Amino acid sequence: MHGPDISWYLVVSAILFSIGTAGVLLRRSPLIVLLSLEIMLNSANLALIAFARLHGGHDGQIFALAVMAVAASEVVVGLGLIVAIARKRLDLDVDRLRVLRG
Amino acid sequence: MGNVLVWAIWILAAGGCLVSGLAVITFTNPFYSALALIGNLGSLAVLFLLASAEFLAAAQVLVYAGAVMVMFLFVIAYLGDRSPGSLAGGPSWISLAAIVAAAALLIEVVVVIGLKAGDGLADEATVERAFGSPEEIGRLFLTDHLLAFEITSIVLLIAAVGGVVLGTRSRAEDEEELARARA
Repeated sequence: MHGPDISWYLVVSAILFSIGTAGVLLRRSPLIVLLSLEIMLNSANLALIAFARLHGGHDGQIFALAVMAVAASEVVVGLGLIVAIARKRLDLDVDRLRVLRG
Repeated sequence: MGNVLVWAIWILAAGGCLVSGLAVITFTNPFYSALALIGNLGSLAVLFLLASAEFLAAAQVLVYAGAVMVMFLFVIAYLGDRSPGSLAGGPSWISLAAIVAAAALLIEVVVVIGLKAGDGLADEATVERAFGSPEEIGRLFLTDHLLAFEITSIVLLIAAVGGVVLGTRSRAEDEEELARARA
């Protein structure tokens, strides 16, 4: 059983990362920005796992698990912020949210 | 024969990954975007399996496609149609610049991969069957990477506390609401 080379995984990971970047830069809704950030984190995970497979060591996979945990925490805080912003009856628009003071 | 099958599954998973990724950033309805992201995470899990990361594929489906995306869908349902669906506001050259920046990033990464690691990527290490199994990952987490494991738990705890602090209503907010209702 021999599948594609590691370089193919890396190319998919690079394309996914730039899709995520485009999403973060293009969209105004903070929800979609968070979703695009998830895409970027997952493409980095794919690269980590591909390199772990290339070198035959587990360290990349451990790192990918840590990235998953950090991403979960980031989603909790991000969604909490979005809900708090919505409760203040502000616009959910990253171009208009310029003032940090609550 | 097995070779062809592996390639076919890989191409399906990679294609699904890229198409659903594009769908996430192009759908105007955030609910559809979140559903597309679930497809994206699912096909990524298949790619993880093909790179012999069994435990991570399972964790991806459980943690991401399960828990995290359910939370996303709840928040989207809670907000209703209050979040703007359209693309970036402002002049169209901002959108153009965003796409150019993303494309430049992609070209840079691909060129660097090709230049620095072009040949070395072909010869993978041979791995035994237990590579990436829960047993191996768990053993490493409790021996070599114990500190990372403990720090991860603290990060999750802090995030949970932060979520509660952000989510609870303050008393001033309640009184303001009450005054508004009376007026």
